[in-house]
Amino acid sequence: MGLTNEIIKSKLTEKFGDQLTDWEEPYGMLTFTAAKDLNLKVLQFLYDDPELRFQFLTDLQAVHYPDRKGEELAVVYHLHNLVDNVRVRLKVFVSIEKPDVFSATALFQSANFMERETYDFFGVNFLGHPNLIRILNVDEMDYFPMRKEFPLEDQTRIDKDDDMFGR
Amino acid sequence: MSDIGNHILLPEGSIEKQTNTLNLGPTHPATHGVFQNILELDGERILKATSTVGYIHRAFEKLAERRPLYQITPITDRLNYCSSPLNNMGWHLTCEKLLGVKTPKRVDYLRIIIMELARISDHLICNSIVGVDTGAFSGFLYLMQYRELIYEIYEEVCGSRLTTNIGRIGGFERNFTNTAFEKLEKFLKEYPATLKEFEKLFNRNRIFMERTIGCGPISAERALNYGFTGPNLRAAGVDYDVRVHTPYSSYEDFDFTVPVGTTGDCYDRFLVRNEEMWQSLSIINQAYKKVKEFKGAEAEVYHADSPAYYLPEKKDVYTKMEALIYHFKIVMGETDIPAGEVYSSVEGANGELGFYLISDGGRTPYRLHFRRPCFIYYQAYPELIKDGMLSDAIITMSSLNLIAGELDA
Repeated sequence: MGLTNEIIKSKLTEKFGDQLTDWEEPYGMLTFTAAKDLNLKVLQFLYDDPELRFQFLTDLQAVHYPDRKGEELAVVYHLHNLVDNVRVRLKVFVSIEKPDVFSATALFQSANFMERETYDFFGVNFLGHPNLIRILNVDEMDYFPMRKEFPLEDQTRIDKDDDMFGR
Repeated sequence: MSDIGNHILLPEGSIEKQTNTLNLGPTHPATHGVFQNILELDGERILKATSTVGYIHRAFEKLAERRPLYQITPITDRLNYCSSPLNNMGWHLTCEKLLGVKTPKRVDYLRIIIMELARISDHLICNSIVGVDTGAFSGFLYLMQYRELIYEIYEEVCGSRLTTNIGRIGGFERNFTNTAFEKLEKFLKEYPATLKEFEKLFNRNRIFMERTIGCGPISAERALNYGFTGPNLRAAGVDYDVRVHTPYSSYEDFDFTVPVGTTGDCYDRFLVRNEEMWQSLSIINQAYKKVKEFKGAEAEVYHADSPAYYLPEKKDVYTKMEALIYHFKIVMGETDIPAGEVYSSVEGANGELGFYLISDGGRTPYRLHFRRPCFIYYQAYPELIKDGMLSDAIITMSSLNLIAGELDA
């Protein structure tokens, strides 16, 4: 019997109690939310625990939800246990005014570029990152283009009717 | 260098301590795309490297937020353009997972044929370029004709060659023609002999071995920590393959082995890629055999029965009003996609290519993120080439199979 979502959930609840919320399983992947200053502790626990062994960081990125006041930015981690072949998704919500999240670079080398990319696009400030500078955009940019307040097309255009063009 | 110091009286800050700064790239012929590496050199030995990405940023993820699902397929083509069908299929599989579309077996097998052809075409480019970087041009010319043949098969199936836009959500645009199967048979008949000769040319070649063995090695722990996947991880000794661990598109029906290396150096990466081409050939043979087994009406199936998302046939679109309306609705994204978040990945030619799609129930994705394997490998590059020679840095880059389009989405 391998590692199941129930085992992961019970182990995490045992350790962190109700500081982990929003348990979901969309399309089979266990998803949960941690308090923003807990992200490194949860990642470390998932990494170190002899049963959980989530030692591969598949993916790290952010999502912007302008409607969620006080927690506009979500940083999403996809972790993979390669031995039991189980994946989990960890989310951390931060406010856009003070988007400080602890960096995972001490745990995963692979987080380095991914955090720089996330900083570049969303402005998430990863505390403790060795080299948190722009990676894909120019250094002089003073805004973060993947946020929702920067739409792709010029909003003053009147020659296109959005209802007609599926936008 | 110390010998010179013994014979010639050198001034303060002598040549022994001086280092040179070399700007390798961007757009250097040896760097296969837009890569900049600022190297600190002591003679020809690399002391330190700083790499930069971000020269061709096209804002794919932002573009995707304004496009319905079908219009995102051409964007995925441009990630790893050496094997664009793999990216297309990865995207379609993600959509199907989100939409709950179930594809028939024949579609799965046809997809596997196309995906494995794409893997071969990617690996043959990579390996023959490793040959070019060690000074052997003939292998490159010899294999290139088979990439041409693979492109002809794509052309027969979907009409285009490099950025293929192949397939649709639920299957293919049309059934494979007889010509496509003939070309596939030709490929399956001729390529093994060529690949064997290519291996003879390189595998035990003294010069090639001396240039690549021990060049740019990485241990299994470091590779995992750096987020390596695909052939580069397997060359380091970890047998992680998405096709085996999380089978998609009926890969579980096939019998193949996952080649694994030991030292993770350039030579191992070369051998792993070569062996993967043999495995791909075997998978294509099995899939083609299975495709031929379908009889009667089943032998004509090339798409799933999901009219809400699968585009109607082109000849119907031109002649029937109903089909035209549906075509318009799907292409323009009039159909809402269900809310949810999905992560789906395929074994791309150089690693796990993942798609993280969040939908809020609108017409377009709320957020789409590509997990691009090359972007993640490239962080390890300075460590791989440190303390090596400048010429080894070039081979290391080509044997990692770094594709600029995927590096910088």
